[in-house]
Amino acid sequence: MSELIRLTAAELAATLAAGEVSSVEATQAHLDRIGAVDGDVHAFLNVSDAEALASAAAVDAARAAGETLHPLAGVPIAVKDVVVTKGQVTTAGSKMLEGWVPPYDATLVTRLREAGLPILGKTNMDEFAMGSSTEHSAYGPTRNPWDLGRIPGGSGGGSAAAVAAYEAPLAIGTDTGGSIRQPAAVTGTVGVKPTYGSVSRYGLIALASSLDQAGPCTRTVLDSALLHDVIGGHDPRDSTSLPEAAPSYADAARAGAHGDLKGLRVGVVTELGGEGYEPGVRASFQAALDALTAAGADIVEVTCPSFSAALAAYYLILPSEASSNLAKFDGMRYGLRVEPGEGAATAERVMSATRGAGFGDEVKRRIILGTYALSAGYYDAYYGSAQKVRTLIQRDFAAAFEQVDVLVSPTAPTTAFPFGAKLDDPLAMYLNDVATIPANLAGIPGISLPSGLSDDGLPVGFQILAPARQDARLYGVGAALETLLLDDWGAPLLSRAPKLEVSR
Amino acid sequence: MCALSGDALERMSVDARPEVPAVPHRLATMSTIDSAEVVRLAGLARIDLSEDEVTRLAGELDVIVQAVATVSEVAGADVPATSHPIPLTNVFRDDVPGETLDTAAVLSQAPEAQDDKFAVPQILGEEV
Amino acid sequence: MSVTYEDAVTRYDPVLGIEVHVELGTRTKMFDDAPSPAGGTEPEHANQLVTPVSLGLPGALPVVNGTAVEHAIKIGLALNCQIAEVCRFARKNYFYPDVPKNFQTSQYDEPIAYEGYLDVELADGTVVRVEIERAHMEEDAGKNTHVGGAAGRIHGASHSLVDYNRAGVPLVEIVTKPITGVGDRAPEVARAYVQTLRDIFRALEVSEARMERGNVRADVNVSLRPTPTSPLGTRTETKNVNSFRSIERTVRFEIARQAEVLDGGGSVLQETRHFHEDDGSTSPGRVKSDAEDYRYFPEPDLVPVAPSREWVEQIRATLPELPAARRRRLQGDWGYADAEMRDVVNAGALELIEATVAAGASPAAARKWWMGELARTAKSQDVALEELPVTPAAIGELQTLVDAGRINDKLARQVLEGVLAGEGSPEQVLTARGLEIVSDDGPLLEVIDATLAEQPDIVEKIRSGNLGPMGAIIGAVMKATRGQADAGRVRELVMERVNG
Repeated sequence: MSELIRLTAAELAATLAAGEVSSVEATQAHLDRIGAVDGDVHAFLNVSDAEALASAAAVDAARAAGETLHPLAGVPIAVKDVVVTKGQVTTAGSKMLEGWVPPYDATLVTRLREAGLPILGKTNMDEFAMGSSTEHSAYGPTRNPWDLGRIPGGSGGGSAAAVAAYEAPLAIGTDTGGSIRQPAAVTGTVGVKPTYGSVSRYGLIALASSLDQAGPCTRTVLDSALLHDVIGGHDPRDSTSLPEAAPSYADAARAGAHGDLKGLRVGVVTELGGEGYEPGVRASFQAALDALTAAGADIVEVTCPSFSAALAAYYLILPSEASSNLAKFDGMRYGLRVEPGEGAATAERVMSATRGAGFGDEVKRRIILGTYALSAGYYDAYYGSAQKVRTLIQRDFAAAFEQVDVLVSPTAPTTAFPFGAKLDDPLAMYLNDVATIPANLAGIPGISLPSGLSDDGLPVGFQILAPARQDARLYGVGAALETLLLDDWGAPLLSRAPKLEVSR
Repeated sequence: MCALSGDALERMSVDARPEVPAVPHRLATMSTIDSAEVVRLAGLARIDLSEDEVTRLAGELDVIVQAVATVSEVAGADVPATSHPIPLTNVFRDDVPGETLDTAAVLSQAPEAQDDKFAVPQILGEEV
Repeated sequence: MSVTYEDAVTRYDPVLGIEVHVELGTRTKMFDDAPSPAGGTEPEHANQLVTPVSLGLPGALPVVNGTAVEHAIKIGLALNCQIAEVCRFARKNYFYPDVPKNFQTSQYDEPIAYEGYLDVELADGTVVRVEIERAHMEEDAGKNTHVGGAAGRIHGASHSLVDYNRAGVPLVEIVTKPITGVGDRAPEVARAYVQTLRDIFRALEVSEARMERGNVRADVNVSLRPTPTSPLGTRTETKNVNSFRSIERTVRFEIARQAEVLDGGGSVLQETRHFHEDDGSTSPGRVKSDAEDYRYFPEPDLVPVAPSREWVEQIRATLPELPAARRRRLQGDWGYADAEMRDVVNAGALELIEATVAAGASPAAARKWWMGELARTAKSQDVALEELPVTPAAIGELQTLVDAGRINDKLARQVLEGVLAGEGSPEQVLTARGLEIVSDDGPLLEVIDATLAEQPDIVEKIRSGNLGPMGAIIGAVMKATRGQADAGRVRELVMERVNG
């Protein structure tokens, strides 16, 4: 049954519904795959075999009893370790939370459980979601299934790699500045950052509260839509949760896959391309644009002048909010506690020693930067100005969406880079997110799907952006482009990835 | 719950606001981050740093701060700040008790506990 | 200290600033649905009234308690404040073990209420207007208990225990503008201000406002300046003063202490101080180097609060009568003189008299009971009036018996004695003790006839116009009836019998 792992979530769900295979079999197949390849890929920090199989068995029993099940019931899923899971260790990739067992579930986890999706385990990530390569995980990096010497993107490299390596058909990611989309781009998978407030943040270990958004990591656009339908919707426990009901994203994806693109106005954002983007990335992006044109879309160039300040604004807002969000990790109530090397072990000194020992370099860097930006006397110049830039970026998007239906760009300026290439140059690392950050600042939804391979043989991501609350448009257009490209390729892009060595 | 558009929020300007409690305005020009500043910030953020870390962070942060400092030149005084990407207001909860956590389960995750309480190192300056 | 308070206020002009925190009595906490210990849920043990939010667990998010916002608006309106059209929560960042997130969710530059005032009446009737700068919403912290070792002396031998039951209880903080021009009455003003606030919280039913439970806590700022026209001096802030008397003592002590520092050519340090109940002194708190850099920024996990004008007006329309207005109304209704009313208020008899009047007594009679007999009893037993084992309803009933002529004042005092001794209601005591005035002439005539029959000579004297012995007859009759006869009626009946 090894082919079970190659099925898309939609296909697997249909197979399960038809009774051709049980959820226990499907879940076991993925657990076996994890056992076989995750020693190399290291997508998972924690695998919960017994719990996953028990959930699967419960779904099988319910199905046998003739109960009405959710369409994705029995389809296993991997969850990024920044999402709290009751009774299951949650670390956010940090030593600070090593061994921490949350006493509650994130809302999206509750929804996964209610829908009957067995949770295979928790995926690797940059510590507290700070990074673009998973090299900042306290538990070692995840390796890109396309080339184990390269990064899988970040911060959600584990979720993207798990999906790319067929260890899970579905995964949950979180995207603060591109942490779903950029890993999707460099692993040849699909990732969606929904409209801010579309998916509850309750139970997401917060990085930057005004930017964080959870979303799907999958191999197809339809699978992302199906998963978004499960985890989305209003949550009274999140004050920023959108109050209105959302349409079915799966319906939008299905309609898009068969629809035509005649008259669709597609805007290419001048500022999200050109210099700094690898030629191979640009070529793949252009090929996808050509496919859209051939299908009847009108491609126009639009300019968003304030985007030039987006990265700077982002690297003030994110560290500021993070410095406050991460203050709770102090060794008093849960997680790591470290006594100071010398002197009296007062609460204050234990806090400092714990935070000095428990946080990695990137986390310390951003907390110090955020502390600086919020510090008395600097607030107006830094945080205050950054929030104004945010307004300008929203205005740019509003003006652009007056002219076009969707905006597009390459998801990331480069393909997957080798480990260590940018580790000592924080600014170079930050530039990975230059194309994904504006969507987070404005709260609008974005999707990344593969547009092909670059000249180095590595996947390239194609980003589509829509106005706030128009996530359905992304699924429609994304599914259409996916169909066009698949027709061209003849087989999913992932089928061109090198086979992983299977260990036993 | 009701939602207001951003424009509506902007129109609701309030003139008679109290003075912001005094905050020292020592920022004349974008300052640079040196080791002493890193030490001050690490103290505020309660993070013990080694001397090497202080030196390295001072260098890195100085570069980063120079790069991000441009934000103050982009937007004029007339541009309002956006704190939330999607503007909502008046999201309230009914005053109805819900489920609480099990004390034992919570304390089982604590580094130290005693008498149903979290045990922490002595707090200096605490009234006894 | 060599400088006394009385001396200090002759040479310096004190300026006050008072920050009052009140715990709202909502059922649940400010930002989560944990039951609130200030809202009627008595915890059985520590860390019981907690959710992921009140413990600040990773991933938890706050949601504003709508009732707490309504309470805050009520307080703002009662303090004659403007209610913000839009306001926000902000994070106040500082590390402390009883603050589970290591930031307090509060309001900073956008409080829900601002620019108000409160008229405070002192014991002698003087009214002082205290200007209110702002009232804002925030959350309470948990509680630390220090264990083992002498404080800070034995390193490693002591630690602290933290209970988060109180963490997240809704607070409204009310900040005054500098209170000037009160001179030597500063301690009294400080006390009366907080007392007036306490009464308002109770009238609004936004808090039980029990000082002894910490529902209301005051931070008292004091500074001195040479003259009322000098610039403000450096202030100290004495934290968490929890009784009216302590507030008064704190101000007295700080005025004298600061005067002594200034007299010696020194300068007052701007610092946080603690009040000591035992000797009425204050001492400096811990100096925190980074105390002032709270790195406030708008709370991104909460959206702005924008109370519609309709909502505010609706709340205003349903505000109960506030204590000061009520006092004015009652004084008018009852026809008390200013001094009488002040005495009643100062004695804590206002509610008791109001209820007694409602139970049927005239305002004058109600006042006579509570400020007379009952006040004396309370004083002799060293308890508050309201603690006496008698209800206003019982006093009303007692007075009704007097008014109906069934007992006289003397008998009424005996009935009250029985009521206070737990013998039942006035009617029950009256019956059980057999104290009713004998108004039926039948039995009375029997006694009179018997008395007259024993003394025919006296009858003769009266009949001949000598009324001298009448007093002796009446006295004998009263004695025989144990005082339950009406003396006037006895006289009439004796005259009838003698002349008839």
